[in-house]
Amino acid sequence: MPPVVKRDEAVYWRSLEELANTDEFRTFVEDEFPNRTPDWNDPASRRRFLRVMGASVALAGASACTKQPKETIVPYVRQPEELIPGKPLFYATAMSVAGIATGVLVESHLGRPTKIEGNPEHPASLGATDAAMQASVLTLYDPDRSQNVTYDGNVNVWPGFVNALTTARDEAAHKKGAGFRILTGTVTSPTLAKQINDFLTAFPQAKWHQYDPCGRHSARAGAISAFGSPLNTIYRFDRADVIVSLDADFLCSTVPGNLRYTRDYSARRRAAAENSTVAPPRLYITENAPSVTGSMADHHFRLPAAGVAGFAAELARGGSNTVFKDLDAHRGAGIVIAGEHQAPQVHAIAHAINQMLGNTGKTVIYTDPIEANPVDEIASIGELVQDMRNGAVETLLIFGGNPVYDAPADLNFLDALKKVKLRAHLGLYSNETAAWCHWHVPEAHYLESWSDARAYNGTAGIVQPLIMPLYGGKSAHEMMNILLDQADQTAHETVRAYWETQHKGADFDDFWQISLHDGVVAGTEFPEKIPPTAKMPVASAPASAASGLEIVFRPDPSVGDGAMSNNAWLQEMPKPQNKMTWDNAVWISSKSADRYGVTTGDMVEIEVGGRRVEGPIWIMAGQADESLTVHFGYGRTRAGSVANGVGFDAYALRTTEALWQNTGASITRKSHGYKFATTQHTQTMEERDPFRAATFAEFHKNPQFARPEEKRVSNDTTLFPQWPYNQHKWGMSIDLNSCTGCHACTIACQAENNISVVGKEEVAKGRHMNWLRVDRYFQGPPEDPEIYFQPVPCMHCENALCELVCPVAATVHSAEGLNEMVYNRCVGTRYCSNNCPYKVRRFNFFLYADWDTQSLFGVRNPDVSVRSRGVMEKCSYCVQRINGAKIEAEKQDRPVKDGEIVTACQQACPAEAIVFGDLNDPNSRVAKLKRQQRDYGLLEELNTRPRTTYLARLNNPNPDLEKG
Amino acid sequence: MEPEDQDSKAVATLDPGPDKVIGPGHDYGTVTDEIGGVVFRPFLKTPPQMFIGFACAFLLVNLFIVAVTWLFVRGVGIWGIVIPVAWGFAIVNFVWWIGIGHAGTLISAILLLLKQDWRTSINRFSEAMTLFAVACAGMFPILHLGRPWLAYWLLPYPNTMWLWPQPRSPLIWDVFAVSTYATVSFIFWFTGLIPDFATMRDKAGNPIAQKIFGVLAMGWRSSARHWARYQKAYLLLAGLSTPLVVSVHSVVSFDFAVAILPGWHTTIFPPYFVAGAIYSGFAMVLTLAIPVRRWYHLEDLITMRHIECMSKVMLGTGLIVAYGYAMEAFMAWYSVDQFERYAFVNRMWAGGYWWTYWVLILCNIIIPQLLWSRRVRMSVPAVFVIALVVNVGMWLERFVIVVTSLTRDFVPSSWGMYYPTVWDWSTYAGTIGVFLALMFLFVRGLPAISIFEMREVVHETDATHAHGD
Repeated sequence: MPPVVKRDEAVYWRSLEELANTDEFRTFVEDEFPNRTPDWNDPASRRRFLRVMGASVALAGASACTKQPKETIVPYVRQPEELIPGKPLFYATAMSVAGIATGVLVESHLGRPTKIEGNPEHPASLGATDAAMQASVLTLYDPDRSQNVTYDGNVNVWPGFVNALTTARDEAAHKKGAGFRILTGTVTSPTLAKQINDFLTAFPQAKWHQYDPCGRHSARAGAISAFGSPLNTIYRFDRADVIVSLDADFLCSTVPGNLRYTRDYSARRRAAAENSTVAPPRLYITENAPSVTGSMADHHFRLPAAGVAGFAAELARGGSNTVFKDLDAHRGAGIVIAGEHQAPQVHAIAHAINQMLGNTGKTVIYTDPIEANPVDEIASIGELVQDMRNGAVETLLIFGGNPVYDAPADLNFLDALKKVKLRAHLGLYSNETAAWCHWHVPEAHYLESWSDARAYNGTAGIVQPLIMPLYGGKSAHEMMNILLDQADQTAHETVRAYWETQHKGADFDDFWQISLHDGVVAGTEFPEKIPPTAKMPVASAPASAASGLEIVFRPDPSVGDGAMSNNAWLQEMPKPQNKMTWDNAVWISSKSADRYGVTTGDMVEIEVGGRRVEGPIWIMAGQADESLTVHFGYGRTRAGSVANGVGFDAYALRTTEALWQNTGASITRKSHGYKFATTQHTQTMEERDPFRAATFAEFHKNPQFARPEEKRVSNDTTLFPQWPYNQHKWGMSIDLNSCTGCHACTIACQAENNISVVGKEEVAKGRHMNWLRVDRYFQGPPEDPEIYFQPVPCMHCENALCELVCPVAATVHSAEGLNEMVYNRCVGTRYCSNNCPYKVRRFNFFLYADWDTQSLFGVRNPDVSVRSRGVMEKCSYCVQRINGAKIEAEKQDRPVKDGEIVTACQQACPAEAIVFGDLNDPNSRVAKLKRQQRDYGLLEELNTRPRTTYLARLNNPNPDLEKG
Repeated sequence: MEPEDQDSKAVATLDPGPDKVIGPGHDYGTVTDEIGGVVFRPFLKTPPQMFIGFACAFLLVNLFIVAVTWLFVRGVGIWGIVIPVAWGFAIVNFVWWIGIGHAGTLISAILLLLKQDWRTSINRFSEAMTLFAVACAGMFPILHLGRPWLAYWLLPYPNTMWLWPQPRSPLIWDVFAVSTYATVSFIFWFTGLIPDFATMRDKAGNPIAQKIFGVLAMGWRSSARHWARYQKAYLLLAGLSTPLVVSVHSVVSFDFAVAILPGWHTTIFPPYFVAGAIYSGFAMVLTLAIPVRRWYHLEDLITMRHIECMSKVMLGTGLIVAYGYAMEAFMAWYSVDQFERYAFVNRMWAGGYWWTYWVLILCNIIIPQLLWSRRVRMSVPAVFVIALVVNVGMWLERFVIVVTSLTRDFVPSSWGMYYPTVWDWSTYAGTIGVFLALMFLFVRGLPAISIFEMREVVHETDATHAHGD
C-alpha cells in the first residue's frame, strides 16, 4: 500500500483503503463506532466497513483524522501524597477565638479547604464544632477580605511595608524601643509570645498590649481576687451531679471549652436517661436573659444581671438555701460556675464555694493560665490609650482586632489613635481600625497560616495552613520577624524553630509530623494545680437601688464579638432564643415593655451614662424585668458588603467601668414598625406536642409517656405491600435530652450542602434556605418559660407524602429508605412542600445561589449540586457521605461499619444529639437508641413512618423547690 | 313601542317578560338580522361602551404581558408565595377560572340533553366564556412553576430516559382533565358555530369577511344530510361534555383533597367544588350577558326568562355550596381531630385571614338569599350586583381554602403568613383583561347567540302560537 502522501502541512490520502491503514483513523473509528469496528486485518471486513460507513466517515471529519485539536494534559510530576482528584483529604489544624484554640480537621478538595470538622483527638471538642467554626471556612473565601497591602488607602506591596516597619524599628532601637507599641488580642500562641518577648528583650522600652473585646476579663480578675494569680479554671461536667450556673452560659460558643462541656454534660444526661442507676444531673441557672444553657436548666432564677452577685452571696452563706443544700448533698460532685459577664467578685465567690464543698480537684480543676502573658486587658488597652493621648506612642502595630470599633467607648480610642505617628494594622478585613491606620496588611486566615495556639486546658496544637494565602496574607509571626530582623524567615520556619526548642532530640521530625497529623502536641495539657485557699470577697454594700433600667452587654449568639460579622452564614443563622437573623435588638421583658410603653419593632434610643445608641425593641420571653440585653457585633461600617449597616453598635454604650452591664439606662421611643427577619413566628407549641418532655420521676412511673397509645399507628395501616428494606435501612435519632439549641448543625449542613444565603428581606418573608432548622418552643408563663429546642431535618418518611404528589417524579424513594430529591427533574410546582406536614422542604424562589462571585466557588462542596432557580431542595441524610462510605466499603469488600457514615449535622453536634446509622443492624447506635422507650416520631399518627425520630427530654427538678 | 335605535333592523327590542324565551314578532329573517347585525354593524356604529370596555381590557392585557415577562425573568419569588404558603394567587385564580368555565358546558351540554328551552340564546355565549376561562386558567399551572420552560414534563411523551409523569399526583390528573375539557369544549363550540358561520358567509357584506367565514363554515350547505349528521354529532358532543362538568372540577378538587393538609383533606370537595363551579359560572354568565344584552339591545333574545332561570340556578347551587360549608365545619368538629378542628378555628377567628371567611359567607351565602324574592330576580340591576358579589365570593372561597389552610398546619414552628404582592394582583387583573378582551372580540366578530338554534325557537314558538294563542 503506498504511503500516505504528505504535501505541505496537510495530509492527503488517495483512497479510503489507504486511510484505513493509519493508526489515527483506526483510533478515530474505534471512538466513533465503538461496537462496529471491523477486523482491520481482514481486507473484506475492512472494505465492507468502509463501503457502508464511507460517507459518514468522510462527513465526520475523517479527512482530518482527529476530532479535536491536540491538548496536552499534564499529570502531576510530583503528585501531592495521597491526593486523588475527587477524594478529599483531611488535615488537622486549630481555630482560635479570642486567642483560645479548638482543634479542627479540615476537609480539603484538590487543595481547597471546603469544610471544617471537629478533631476527635482534641480535648476541647472531642470532634465537635460550633457554628462559628463551621462558618469560618466561608470567611476564607469572603470576597470582601482585604487583598492588598495599602498605605494611606493606596495599594502598596509587602516589601514596601517591610521597609517602613524596618525603618520605624531602627529609629525606635535608638531609644530602646520607647514609643513602640504592639496591640494584639489574647495570645496563647507560644511561638508568638516568644517572638514578642524576644522583641521586648531587645527593646525594653517597647510595650505589648493585649485586648479582646469579649475576652475573659472577669474570670482572670476573679481568679486573681480569690487566689492571687490568674489561674485557669476548667470544669468536669460529666462528674457533676449538681451544677449552679451564676449567669454562666457554659454550653454556648462564647465560652472556651464549651464544646467539651456540652459533650460531657450531654453524656451525663444521656447516661442517666438510659440507665436508671446513673443519677441525673441537676442544673440551676440564674440569668437575666434566656440562653442556650438556660434551655437545659432544671431551674431558672430570672434576675437582672446585677442581682446575681446577691444570689451568689446568699448561696455562699449556705444554710437553708435550697440550692446550697443540694450542692451540699453532693460534695465533690457539684460545680458552681460564674459567668464571664459577672463581676470578679462573683467569680471569687464561686471559687470559694467550690473549694468549701470539696469540688476543687474533682469537678473544678485549676491549671496555670493558658494565656502566654495574662494581663488585665482592660487596663492594658487603657494604658495604651493614655500613652497615645500623651503622645508617647510613635509606632503602633495592631495584630488583628478592631479597637476603633470595639474598644470601650469611654476610652475614645480613635481620638488617641490619631496622635500616633505610624500606625499599622494587620487584619482579615480593611475594617474600621484599618481605615485610620497608615499601613494595612491583609492577614492570612487561619486556614492559610502557620501558627500554634493553646486550648481551654492548655493543650497546644499546631495551626497548619490548607491553602497558600489567597491574597498574599501575612500572619503576626511574619510581622514579628520583621521586628526581630529576620524578615525573610517564614512563619513555618518560625513555628517549627520554636517547637524544636521545646522538643529537643533526634526524633523531632517524627514529633513534628505526629503533632501535625494529630492536631495536638502530645503531653502539652497543663497539669492540675492545687490552688491556695480562696479568699471569699468581702460582702460589698448592696448596690443602691438602681434607677432606670439595667443594660446588659453580650457577645452575639451568631456573630460573636463582631470579628465574623461579614460572614453571611452567621448573619443568617437564627439566634437560638428568638430565631432572629440579620439584626440585633434590644431585649426587654413583656412587663417592662408595658411599663415603658414600647413594643416589639419600636426603635428606641438607649441612653446610659451619656452615651446614646438607637436600636429596635424585641420583647423577649423569659427576660428578667427592668433589664435590657443588647448584643455586640453589629452596627459595623467597614465590615464588608454583608455586614455594613446591619444592626446597631452596642459597643458604643460600653465603658471600662461597666464592661458587661450597667445601670441607669433609659429608653425613649423614636419610631415604630421596624421589621425583623425571624425564621419562626410562632412562639409556643399551640396545644400540640412536637416536643415531649417529662421529669425523671414521671418517666419512671410511665416510661411510655412520649408515645401514648393514640399516637401509634400499626405498620399494617397501608393498602400497599410493604417494601422489604433488605440492604441498608437508614435512620436517624435526635436526642432532645441532649440538644442545647446551639445551631452548629444548621451551619454544618449549610457548609456541607452548598446552601444559599437569601438575605434579610427574603428571610422575613419565610424563604430562608436552611435544610436543618432548630425549632424553639416556649412552654409555661412568658415571664419564665421553659425553652425547648428541636432540630427538624427531613424525616425521610417511609410513607412520604411529598413523593405522592410530585407530578414529575422529582422526589423518589430509594431502596434504603432515603427520600431523594432530584434537582434536575424538579419543575417547581411546590406541591411537595404543601403536602409535607413537617415543612422541611425549601424552595429556590429566586436564583439564590451566587453563580457570579468567583471567590465563593472555592467554598462549595463539589460532591453536592448547587441548586438553581425554581427547584426544591431538602435534607438528604448527606447522601453524598452515605454513597462515599458505601463505595469505600465496596472497594474494600466489606460491609459498611456503624459510625462510618456520619452526617454533617451529626458530626458537628457537640452534644452528640444526632445519631445516624443503619436500622437493619441491631447493634448500631441508632437502632439501640430507637429501641428506647423515650423514642417517638414527630406526627407519626399521620402514618408517615418517619425515619428520623426523637428521644424525649427528661428534666430533673428539685422536689424541694416549688416550681419545676 | 318604538325601537330605541332607528337604524336597528330588530323588529322589537323590548323584553317580552319572564315567560317567553323570545320576543314576539320574530321570524327567521329578523332573528338572523338581529344577531348578525351585531357582527355586521358598521365599525363606527359600535356602541361606545364596547370601545371603552375593550380599551380597558386591552390595558389589562398589556399589564399581563409585563407581569408575565417579569415573572419569567426574575422567578416565581416576585409573588408573595413563601414556605409554608407555597401556593397563592396563581392556584386560587386557576381554580376560579376553571370553575367559571363550568357554567358554559352545563348550559351547552346538560341543558341540551335536558331539553331546557332557555338554554338557546345563552349557550353560544357561555360556551365561549368557558373556552376563554379555561384558556386563562390553563396559563396559571405553567406560570406558577419554578421552571416553567420545563412545563412539558407534565405531559406523557416518549423520551430517551423512559421517564413518564408520576401518575399518583393530582397535578397530572389536572393536566388530563383540563386539556380534555379545553379540547372538547372547543370542538363543541366550533361545531355549534358551523351553521352560523355559513349564515355569516351568506350574509357577509365584504369579500374578506365572506372568505373568512367561508373557510370556517367548512362547506356547510344546510342540506338535509348535513343536518342529519350535524344533529348526531351535536348530541354526541353534548353527551361527551356532560360528564366533564362533573369530572373536571372534581379532579381539580383532588389537588386539595388528596393532600394531607387540614382544610384540604376532605372528601366533600368534589361535589362541593362542582357545585361551586356552576355557581360561579352562572354568576359570570350573568355578569357578562346583562351588559351585552343591554348595549346591543338583545333583550328580546336574552329575555327575563333567561335571567330568572339563571338566577334560580345560582340560588340552587348557592344553597348546595352553603351546605358544603356547613358540612365542612361540622365534620371538622365532629372528627375530634385536633388538626382538623384547628384548621377551622384558624379560618374563622384565630388566623391572620379570618376576615376573608366572613366576607365569603356574606358574599356566597347571605347576599344571594335575596334571590328567593321574585322582585329581586326580576330586577336586572339587582341580579347583576348579586352576580358580581358571587364572583367575588367564589374567589374568596378558593383563597380561604388554599391560603388559610396553608398558613397554619401541623407543626406550629412553620406557621407563616401570605402577603400578595403587586405582581400577584397584576397577573390576576391581567388574566381578567385577557378574558374580557377575548370576550369583546368574540362578541364583535362572531355571532354571540346561536342563530340556527334561535330559528328553531322561532319555529317552536310559532308552532305554539299557531296551535294555542
